[in-house]
Amino acid sequence: MKVRVTVMLKEGVLDPQGKAVEHALHVLDFGNVGEVRIGRVIELEVDETDRERARAQADAMARALLANLVIEDFVTEVIG
Amino acid sequence: MKAAIVVFPGTNRERDMAIALRGVTGQAPVMVWHRDTALPAGVDLVVLPGGFSYGDYLRCGAMAAHAPIMTAIREYANRGGHILGVCNGFQILTEAQLLPGALLRNAALRFLSQDCFLRVERDDTPFTRHWAKGDVFRTPMAHGDGNYIAEAETIRALEDSGRVAFRYVAENGRMDAGDPQLNPNGSMNAIAGVFSENLRICGMMPHPEDLVDPLMGGEDGKPLFTGLVEALVG
Repeated sequence: MKVRVTVMLKEGVLDPQGKAVEHALHVLDFGNVGEVRIGRVIELEVDETDRERARAQADAMARALLANLVIEDFVTEVIG
Repeated sequence: MKAAIVVFPGTNRERDMAIALRGVTGQAPVMVWHRDTALPAGVDLVVLPGGFSYGDYLRCGAMAAHAPIMTAIREYANRGGHILGVCNGFQILTEAQLLPGALLRNAALRFLSQDCFLRVERDDTPFTRHWAKGDVFRTPMAHGDGNYIAEAETIRALEDSGRVAFRYVAENGRMDAGDPQLNPNGSMNAIAGVFSENLRICGMMPHPEDLVDPLMGGEDGKPLFTGLVEALVG
């Protein structure tokens, strides 16, 4: 099964990359853009047929390596 | 003093670290490869040097923190071993949760390669005993991800228990965490280095090993190494 892990900086952690992109979008006249946050998307092929088990494994992977819980939050979803 | 330097794929500061250590111990440190599963017997100090281990993939230090040698380093730390992590070594120690906090992209997003001034926050540790509290020394820094961050209560605990090792300051010792001239990477409380609870693990972003010989332009970083030798062998 394919699982997607989305890792984002926690709320409240300054995201200078997001700020820079936000500024660039304003320069390009996308004036209605508010806060921009940049994260990371990781897609995993997991050798598993049960959705819940696949997702639980991805959660474990995120906690062990894919996200640093000091600064980041993550969301996992089975996508196929 | 018997020192071991851990080398990961992408580490690139190990030779300068070896020169700094050999200069004060007269003994060449042992290079330990990331795939090794044991540290050499009788090691007094383990050093994680700077570089870009595993190409900084995922997050700086994230992959190295799970390398085979890290199990032995964790055991060494649990036995009360002394560990110094510089630059990428500091990032690895935080990713391995041997030190608190994390290192984010520099606040202005730029890789910073320049000198900075560090203030010594306590002088009763093996890493800082050859300075006096409040001393300021010059040291080069070269990193893209040195913006130290931790949860508010972690920062409070570090401050309350005197576990901040070094801060970025002006040459005269003045600190202003909000001034990008003085705190170039935007670190919380201008923290440049921290200690573990037992004060035997120290991580710092700047490179004291880059200023240990007049030929390099100064010896400002040398007290860290002479102090370690005295503390660990003397």
